[in-house]
Amino acid sequence: MPLWKIAWRSIQHRSLASALTAFSMGLGVALVVAVIVIYGVLNQTFMRSAQGYDIVVGPPKGSPLEVVLGAVFYSGYLSDTIPYDYFRQLETGRYSPEVETAIPIALGDHIFGMPVIATAPKYFTKLKYLEKYNYTFSSGGNMSADSDFEAVLGYTAAKKAKLKAGDKFKPTLAKHIPSKEFPEPDSFTVAGILDPTGTPNDQAFFINIEGFFIMNDHLPKSALNDVMSKRQTEDKGTEAGGKRISAVLVLTKVQDIKPTVTKDERGMETVNIERLESQKFDPATMSLADRLVQDLDVQVAKPAYEITRLFEMIVGKIQIVLIIFAVLVIFVAGIGMMVSIYNSMNERRQEIAIMRALGAKRATVMSIILLESILLSLGGGLIGMVIGHGLLIGIGPIIASAVMVVVNPFHFQPMELALIPGLLVLASLVGYLPAVIAYRTDVAQSLNP
Amino acid sequence: MQLAAKLVDVKKEYVLKGETVRALRGVSMEIPEGDYLAIMGASGSGKSTMLNILGCLDKPTSGKIYLGSDDITTLDDWHLSNIRGSRIGFVFQSYNLVQQLTVLENIEVPLFYQGNVSRKSRQRCIELAEMVGLKDRLNHRPTQLSGGQQQRVAIARSLVNNPYFILADEPTGNLDSVTTEEILQLLDRLNAEGRTIILVTHETNVGERAKRIIWLKDGEVEKEVNNRKTTVL
Repeated sequence: MPLWKIAWRSIQHRSLASALTAFSMGLGVALVVAVIVIYGVLNQTFMRSAQGYDIVVGPPKGSPLEVVLGAVFYSGYLSDTIPYDYFRQLETGRYSPEVETAIPIALGDHIFGMPVIATAPKYFTKLKYLEKYNYTFSSGGNMSADSDFEAVLGYTAAKKAKLKAGDKFKPTLAKHIPSKEFPEPDSFTVAGILDPTGTPNDQAFFINIEGFFIMNDHLPKSALNDVMSKRQTEDKGTEAGGKRISAVLVLTKVQDIKPTVTKDERGMETVNIERLESQKFDPATMSLADRLVQDLDVQVAKPAYEITRLFEMIVGKIQIVLIIFAVLVIFVAGIGMMVSIYNSMNERRQEIAIMRALGAKRATVMSIILLESILLSLGGGLIGMVIGHGLLIGIGPIIASAVMVVVNPFHFQPMELALIPGLLVLASLVGYLPAVIAYRTDVAQSLNP
Repeated sequence: MQLAAKLVDVKKEYVLKGETVRALRGVSMEIPEGDYLAIMGASGSGKSTMLNILGCLDKPTSGKIYLGSDDITTLDDWHLSNIRGSRIGFVFQSYNLVQQLTVLENIEVPLFYQGNVSRKSRQRCIELAEMVGLKDRLNHRPTQLSGGQQQRVAIARSLVNNPYFILADEPTGNLDSVTTEEILQLLDRLNAEGRTIILVTHETNVGERAKRIIWLKDGEVEKEVNNRKTTVL
């Protein structure tokens, strides 16, 4: 009969106390697991979502991070707009020799709690998501360049809005002014619904930017996108018909501008910052970025760089704080476990004395107590992992609606494996004091109390 | 004559609340193999101290103790544990079975601590259970057994390592008269088969089953009763 079996029988003998002890340990582990998984999914999604293109050309107001969060993650809003003409200059004008693809986006209203983005059909043909995947459609297809009032819906957006290919919908909350060109408020037709991408695009309504311009012309000044409407009106008659957009997503011709994604020993994917910084000296891209800033009233943001900085400066630190709290919960549970085993030592003094009388060495009884502690911890850890992933079933939808990232509750992060040695160390520490008591038990005195 | 154990001028002193208690004041005795010895005496006479020292559960303050021909007086805890597991069979008043283990596992425990568990030893445990009449209770837990059955498990356990002697501390103290007789008959039988038995008891009717009785008083041997022939020391 191996030692662990004796330890296991002792745990079974005090089944209620053991179960409660393991459960309290499990709660701490559950919190750690939830934090690790959420952070891992956020990290991966944010990092990789930011890598379909090289730079974002946005309005000069606000920080580059705001531009990235607004244009890539549809989070927050851009406080200003840029002339549509800038997009033209990037696509076909003086900057075009260095540009592979330029895609305009204009952020619109939120409907069904999800953003409406006006863009060009080539968004879904020229860009890739999560670095390498081409957009595919679960039904229908891409919006046609010839049809101004077509739309593409993200998978979740279509589900929530209960729209299918061929349906019509109204992409704004604002009252419209009927016109010959834009007679109905729900004039956009769903051309296709995207397959799930695991990016914020799942929860977005994409409408043709040409239809957006027409629609905006027929909205009152107080309509939802105030900045956009106002500037549109003010600039009427100027360059490119006064049209304004939120940003331009640019894929440059220098392909090696793309940052490398490396995996650390925990399997966490991170963008290589050194490489990004070294790219400041890349003659093609940086001269384009420099010239854009110099020539136009814009700012140029690098999504991968900004998101890496965001994670390193803020999100990463929040994760550390959360993990510290969760580890404290585990630590408290560990103390609880120690108290539980310690208290049981009084009633077990005779049991230990019997073991010793029958030939068990001091080290043997000490090992049995330590093994009990380890088995309880690992059992608690297992319970915690199940509860932790179960928790994500509950909070996953909340995260999805808050930051537009889908958290798969059954997504396993390699870092969770680090909990095993951590629990072993904790179990050894909390089991040490009771084990020492077992070690020091006076056999003759304890045998006949 | 081979000796199972020998004590030479064994003294044991405790310090209790600042006062020195002389529990044993120089006890000497020889216990031949095959002996059936009862150690008797009033409360505080030194019986329990004697049992602890003979069982290697405690060390004497001075004197020598031999098990067989080996002087064990100066051995450390590790070696004493080995001796307890391999040369001494314990039977306690309150049975002292491990509650979470089955009958068979309880019998096997001393072998486990010695690292001697094998298919052969498992078979021997089954035979011992059969010998004490518990073959059909191998997978029962102690709580599912009567007091007499638990004590029989303890006796089977005491035999599993083929010990130099069985050290029984008030083995019938918790049993009724019928069960007491059953247990004493079992001990008689074991002694008749050549086993050395050392019995510590305060019950005269139990002590009288032994071949010899050593009476302790105030930590010293007061008298020895041998086959009803009394020697006053």
